[in-house]
Amino acid sequence: MIPGDFEYHRPNSIGEVVSLLSTHGDEARVIAGGHSLIPMMKLRLAAPEHLVDLQDVAGLVGVSEDGGAITIGAMTTQTELIASKVLAENCPIIREAALLIADPQVRYCGTLGGNVANGDPGNDMPALMQCLGATYLLQGPDGTREVDARDYYEAAYFTELKDGELLTGVRFEKPVVGHGYAYKKLKRKVGDYATAAAAVILSMNGGSCVSASIALTNVGDTPLYAQAASDALVGTALDAATIDQAVALAESITEPASDGRGPAEYRTKMAGVMTRRAIEEAKERAQ
Amino acid sequence: MNKKHVKMTVNGKTVEGDVEARTLLIHFLREDLGLTGPHIGCETSHCGACTVDLDGRSVKSCTLFAVQAENADITTVEGMAAADGTLHAIQEGFMQEHGLQCGFCTPGMIMRTHRLLQENPNPTDEEIRWGISGNLCRCTGYQNIVKAVRYAANKLNDTTREAAE
Repeated sequence: MIPGDFEYHRPNSIGEVVSLLSTHGDEARVIAGGHSLIPMMKLRLAAPEHLVDLQDVAGLVGVSEDGGAITIGAMTTQTELIASKVLAENCPIIREAALLIADPQVRYCGTLGGNVANGDPGNDMPALMQCLGATYLLQGPDGTREVDARDYYEAAYFTELKDGELLTGVRFEKPVVGHGYAYKKLKRKVGDYATAAAAVILSMNGGSCVSASIALTNVGDTPLYAQAASDALVGTALDAATIDQAVALAESITEPASDGRGPAEYRTKMAGVMTRRAIEEAKERAQ
Repeated sequence: MNKKHVKMTVNGKTVEGDVEARTLLIHFLREDLGLTGPHIGCETSHCGACTVDLDGRSVKSCTLFAVQAENADITTVEGMAAADGTLHAIQEGFMQEHGLQCGFCTPGMIMRTHRLLQENPNPTDEEIRWGISGNLCRCTGYQNIVKAVRYAANKLNDTTREAAE
């Protein structure tokens, strides 16, 4: 379980990171918390020749509010997300999801940026970012650009991120005050990836659902934004028949693998169960 | 092989060494520094036997390169007892409450407990169980480990209270 040899870089600025990534192309990888990359390097599934450590890079940590928007730096750890007062007050679904990721030791190291950037369909934050309608902030040799989380993922480990680019943070509009939310994750044990998971954010007004957003984790090659299921909820009282319909629509977009977490048919059904539970809890929480 | 010089603080002492960039922290601790308290269990970031305290965080030292720990402040289980050999309250708790059988997971359990009690000095049993959920034990069934953590929390809280009086 010894990784291949590599050259180690520890730059101080985003500019230096971009320069290193541009120079070394696909022979270079950035390392944030390292809890996805190092296990892959041990298995020699990844063998970067240059490893660019982000821990000293200025300006990549923290949660900040700017009017109605929240920006989270890529190097903000899951532990820091869990502890953030700004997120607890404005967007508690992030805390709820982060607490279901891995275990305490991993959460001290694992970062939001690492979780969303690498395109591992098992990661929880990508679907959550799609549910929130978040934007990913990228910086490369040609400057900065923004990509919608719902457009970022192409296939497992294939994303919109180009050689030389670094994901520096995510930004999203605060969900409306009084919104309901839930992240429901079925997993076999602490530390496991989801068999299936669902993120739901919705808002109610006078007993009627005025906005809804549903996204699914680990039941496809990429996180899945459940547009039709979300749309089915809007304008209803979230009655049983409507929830049944949304669950069926969510199930219909899944394409899970059959693996140790169960056969594909089971995982599709579990995506439906997680969606149902998340909608019901979000409805209860909505004010 | 291209080696990197690393320098860090381990159990209060400054240590240095030349390592390959790919050297994992657990190997540097065990093989270069002779600190064999942190154990290599699963090597896949699951079992927590290699847990050490690094800059105020519990980390799995099998999932960190030694070069990443440059300038870090690290405590291993060897750094827990007093210089005269008096056991730390957490070590005493594991002894008094039979919080171990084979003992393989114990160094990681103790280091995780150390950070857990710094952050939450009076955890409920449920908080203890979630707090040590990154550490696996195949012997005890965890019951006595929870009791050991509770023992340590009580003893540390008593000590803090006495110091305040």
